[in-house]
Amino acid sequence: MNIEDIKKPENIVYKKSALLTDTPMHYCPGCSHGTVHKLVAEVIEEMGIQEETIAISPVGCSVFAYNYIDVDWQQAAHGRAPALATATKRLMPEKYVFTYQGDGDLASIGTAEIIHACSRGENIVVIFINNGIYGMTGGQMAPTTLLGMKTATTPYGRDAKLNGFPLVLAPMIAQLDGTAFITRQAVHTAAAARKAKAAIKKAFEYSQKGIGLSFVEIVSTCNSGWKMSPVAANKWMVENMFPKYPLGDIKDVLKQE
Amino acid sequence: MKEEIIIAGFGGQGVLSMGKILAYCAIMQDMEVTWMPSYGPEMRGGTANVCVIISDKKISSPIVTKYDTVIALNQQSLDKFEASVKPGGLLIYDPNGINNPPTRTDIKICRIDAINVAAQVGNSKVYNMAVMGAFLKMKPIISFENIDKGLAKCIPARYADLISLNKAAIEEGMNAVEEI
Amino acid sequence: MAEKILMKGNEAIAISAIRNGADGYFGYPITPQSEVMETLMKERPWLTTGMVVLQAESETSSINMVYGGACCGKKVMTSSSSPGISLMCEGISYLAGAELPCVVVNCQRGGPGLGTIQASQSDYNQCVKGGGHGDYNAIVLAPASAQDMYDHVDLGFDLAFKYRTPVIILADGIIGQMMEKVELREEKPRMTAEQIREIAPWATTGKPKDRQYNVITSLAMESDVHEKFNQKLGAKYAQIRENEVRYETYMADDAEYIFVAFGCSSRICEAVVDILREEGIKAGLLRPVTLFPFPTVKLAELSEKVKSMMSIELNMGQMVDDVRLAVNGKCPVGFYGRQGGNIFTPEEIVAEFKKFNNLK
Repeated sequence: MNIEDIKKPENIVYKKSALLTDTPMHYCPGCSHGTVHKLVAEVIEEMGIQEETIAISPVGCSVFAYNYIDVDWQQAAHGRAPALATATKRLMPEKYVFTYQGDGDLASIGTAEIIHACSRGENIVVIFINNGIYGMTGGQMAPTTLLGMKTATTPYGRDAKLNGFPLVLAPMIAQLDGTAFITRQAVHTAAAARKAKAAIKKAFEYSQKGIGLSFVEIVSTCNSGWKMSPVAANKWMVENMFPKYPLGDIKDVLKQE
Repeated sequence: MKEEIIIAGFGGQGVLSMGKILAYCAIMQDMEVTWMPSYGPEMRGGTANVCVIISDKKISSPIVTKYDTVIALNQQSLDKFEASVKPGGLLIYDPNGINNPPTRTDIKICRIDAINVAAQVGNSKVYNMAVMGAFLKMKPIISFENIDKGLAKCIPARYADLISLNKAAIEEGMNAVEEI
Repeated sequence: MAEKILMKGNEAIAISAIRNGADGYFGYPITPQSEVMETLMKERPWLTTGMVVLQAESETSSINMVYGGACCGKKVMTSSSSPGISLMCEGISYLAGAELPCVVVNCQRGGPGLGTIQASQSDYNQCVKGGGHGDYNAIVLAPASAQDMYDHVDLGFDLAFKYRTPVIILADGIIGQMMEKVELREEKPRMTAEQIREIAPWATTGKPKDRQYNVITSLAMESDVHEKFNQKLGAKYAQIRENEVRYETYMADDAEYIFVAFGCSSRICEAVVDILREEGIKAGLLRPVTLFPFPTVKLAELSEKVKSMMSIELNMGQMVDDVRLAVNGKCPVGFYGRQGGNIFTPEEIVAEFKKFNNLK
């Protein structure tokens, strides 16, 4: 099979989502953002809702998410994406509205906005990238940084006495009556990415049912910030992040018991 | 014509709503009005006051310190505002609970036992309308027709039966006011 | 004849928003402006015009909801009072930076800090000079009556969309709490989706096949790109200065002395002018209706023919700096202010005026 054969439609086994732009991503090699962007683009494409989708990017590495997915984007002030999404969804209830936020944005400066959007039961989707570190500003401690983990602002490892404990947000918001679907996923393997994609799709579907907020946490790596190779970062995540942030659905109001 | 009035009393005596009704009656007479309340923690059961200005010309300053009429419905208000009546102006007070009555001699002073009037009319809530009647007797700046229209504006249609009660209180207030 | 209703300035804001086709209001309670949201909630416009009204968890969230709504090309607004506006300043900077239209009402109370709930004009610098970070201006309207409150909502939205910029209605506790006669102007319907696409083709309304996707952001990482953007904003503000100056004068034509005052202070100064004129002193008043853009040209013109000017403000002297810049040394400029919720009386200002001008 030569290259021309490979390019024939009947031979294509995998292609980039049409909703991913041709702009080269600025993310570091090995970063989870690229994979999650791809999954989000695929879900929007498969659901045929490009025209109906409004996306909101945060402050952090994924501030530039708007360069990569071919939908209308709002870029929010640090932590405030759920407030933007609230207004957007209420003013245009027929649209699909999602925020894409990192752990510093969502779980630190933006805790008030996310908790109240959950509590009000806003019919939006929140994609939460949890890699336990501030990537863009150079690897400082995030609220989700694990105890003992070394970052630029915890150079000797996070110490509970000095820096407090990691914030585990998903189970907290699962208790709020306004949330419909809370899940925690990862994208470090093909199987994990498939499950994550299914979760993202479910979240988008739920957001049109008027049953409240859907929240997809993706436990992610930041191999630059963690100062590891992509492979080592994935291994470290499985061994260290997953015990604190275990994968799986935390809440699903439509799931039959 | 310009009439600058302050109405002061306890929260709950209907001070602010009396000012509002008075202002609405004046609007019905095609006059300009401002209604400026004290606001804040004072609203919570302490003293409340509202300054109402009624004029046939555009009103400039809504803030005044001397009044054509002071209506004082408790001792604190009387103590606070007696000195603010313009010379030759009018002071109306409710004698209930007043231990130290007004002493000025360069102004007209009237008493209205509005608690008694409201009791006679049969509803303590129209206390403030009895006071308004007293004021309008002493300063007949608004016609009866426009008082009716103003009341109708302020009282929702579903409480139409209250309009006659309020009118009765205004009329009785007019009869009961005594000049000292 | 249009209906005239007795209402508070704050109520006028709410009623005007509904009647002028506002799409959304997002706010947080704070004295002395809570009646704005209370009135909206009582009126339930979502049942009539479809307007969204939401009580947010904070002023920070309110202004960011406004940002989100403005991104959609909707007519959205919020209201607050001084401490709340401080919290909103970050968001106002983002709105200016993303070139988004919105109306923000500041019913000022005294500061700094928690200050007092009584009326003040001490946010002049905050609102007129920026408040948030970066090189930006919001258009600032200064209502002096309940009718102005009503009219400035509509004017504010017009200007906000015309220039894609936040508009601040800089009121105060007196204008917000005072009831006056308000004429209800003809109603304007909310914009349809088609009208929004036409007037705001930049809005994030969902990307159709026939256009590039829209991005609303204030981020520009490249120095040259960002410099160009700042210059573009600067050119817009120059255009606003050129086209949108609004002011009122009272007895200013033959005046030898000019008072400059905005909002509730201008009402009090009208009474001052009356008193002085009765004494045979030719006083007049210039009331800026827009604080940005400031009536600099008019003041410069007046400064050539008057003996002095005096800025009268409920603060320690903020607008007076702009008066001095406009006058540029052509005549003496005085200042008198009160603070803490204390309001000057006309007589008090007359006395200060005479002191400043060595008059008896």
